[in-house]
Amino acid sequence: MRIIRKESIFNYVNVILLSLLSIATVVPLIHIVAKSLSSETYLLAKEIWLWPKGFNVASYEYVLSYKQFYISFWNSMIITVVGTAISMAVTTLAAFALSRKNFPSKRGFMLFFVITMFFSGGLIPTYLVVKQLELLNTLWSIMLPMALAPFNLILIRNYFLSLPEALEESAIMDGASNLRVLAWIYLPLSIPTIATIAMFYAVGYWNSFFQAMMYITDRGLMPLQVFLMQIVTNSKTGDMTTGGVLSELTPESTTAAAIICVVFPILCVYPFIQKYFVKGVMLGAVKG
Amino acid sequence: MKTNSTVVTREVKLTKGRSSKLLKYWDLYLMLLPAVILILLFKYIPMYGVIIAFKDYNFMEGVWGSEWVGFQYFRELFSFDEFPRVVRNTVIISLMKLLVGFPIPIILALLLNELKLDKFKRMVQTITYLPHFISWVIIGGLAIDMLSPSSGIINRIIEMLGFQPIFFMSDEGIFRWILVGSDIWKEAGWGAIIYLAALLGINDELYQAATVDGANRFRQIWHISLPGLKSTIIIILLLRIGYILDAGFEQVLVMYNPTVYDVADIIDTYVFRVGLGSMQFGLTTAAGLFKSVIGCVLLVLANVFARRMGEEGIF
Repeated sequence: MRIIRKESIFNYVNVILLSLLSIATVVPLIHIVAKSLSSETYLLAKEIWLWPKGFNVASYEYVLSYKQFYISFWNSMIITVVGTAISMAVTTLAAFALSRKNFPSKRGFMLFFVITMFFSGGLIPTYLVVKQLELLNTLWSIMLPMALAPFNLILIRNYFLSLPEALEESAIMDGASNLRVLAWIYLPLSIPTIATIAMFYAVGYWNSFFQAMMYITDRGLMPLQVFLMQIVTNSKTGDMTTGGVLSELTPESTTAAAIICVVFPILCVYPFIQKYFVKGVMLGAVKG
Repeated sequence: MKTNSTVVTREVKLTKGRSSKLLKYWDLYLMLLPAVILILLFKYIPMYGVIIAFKDYNFMEGVWGSEWVGFQYFRELFSFDEFPRVVRNTVIISLMKLLVGFPIPIILALLLNELKLDKFKRMVQTITYLPHFISWVIIGGLAIDMLSPSSGIINRIIEMLGFQPIFFMSDEGIFRWILVGSDIWKEAGWGAIIYLAALLGINDELYQAATVDGANRFRQIWHISLPGLKSTIIIILLLRIGYILDAGFEQVLVMYNPTVYDVADIIDTYVFRVGLGSMQFGLTTAAGLFKSVIGCVLLVLANVFARRMGEEGIF
């Protein structure tokens, strides 16, 4: 009897702890949504907690009235869509080649990729390469250097290795090429893993920030994260920072609305893909 | 069929040379080509480029043509206070994140594992994984907003309790804790995934036997769950130590400001600011090389230790 009571106390405490943790995770986001939908008078009086007061969408209208917002949104979309497509093509093809059991050079190539996880040339030499290739002030400067993440390559390769060999035997007997085996047998079986890795890449591109700070000075090519950074700094310090797009001090609600606008695409995609990623990561983690 | 084909490949290996291998597997080499080109261009050429840490680099002469200066930049780096301070900040911030942040995903995974309510469990997971996908720019924006002395919600609470507002983002004593706290907020949930996977692998019968023996939940966690997590904990710990010089480049870049450079400037932000801001390519490449070499040694050591302890190693 006593054990049972202790058990239920444990369960209650556990649920309470985890609830508090979840609340701590979402409260900052809810607070910022509330701020973005509130009027300036209530904001100045510091009366906004988790629910908007003086409900209005003026701050969103304000953010959406910046021409730079659309330019930056478009740039970020291109970087994310084109970048993810390139990354997935390059990574999947390489991972497939490295998962072929009779491919003689696979160990050498694996080493070639893994070494880059241990040692890097660093920021400045990479910058100089991008400059030499005349990629500065192009969107390629963001996409190409981060197009292949060796860790993602290993995840996909390990998943391919875990698939039973018997699956492809009949296809090979029919004389199917490697590319055919990849496209018709491996890819359809790997959708959770592929979707997960694609999401990792896409989020990486959408959120990429310092690359754009380094490689892009042209405002016409500025991605959304850099634009948001300027709004955030601008709202606190005025236009003291160099290269500011905005001349006047940004109201708090506008900063809040800009934050929501930038995080919104992630929030939209997340629920659809999140059921895949745990499974995808687990399967990929199986050592080959 | 399977044995047949391996015999054939072995024969090919024995009787024919390199060029025929290239011919036989030409399509696989072609599949690898784009990846190899990208890695050569953006990883290996920069590795070659680190020699400008020993050269007086100028754009006209290029990496190879510039004049050698030996270890001048390394002497320069360590003759001023600035760089040693930057290295110290990097290590301190990393260690703080490690000490405070490391146990939290483990505890979270243990608590989630004890939950009997599947729906609630999935909800907690969905919510706590989310911040991992939010950029540092947004989290920096949230932090600056919430911690603002004039309008932030945290200072509002502090004022309601009758205290003076705190200038969080420019307080040298507090700033590093903001880095630690926001890092935990972003990554703790995501970090729990790997431990949850390990917990799923523990045989259920162990728990049933323990319940029969009258072990309560704490003893079950202590004697079954934690030992089951041991190898995962060791690997993740070693990995974190291997990456100790990565104190969170984007996070610091987004959150710091000149008033806290003394406690918050890390190697990466130093290289970024001084290298690109003041065009000191040789000096900051030397700083970056210092970081890469030590980081590489630490990672290799971490891997060796993991293997020696009977684990599989990191990579």
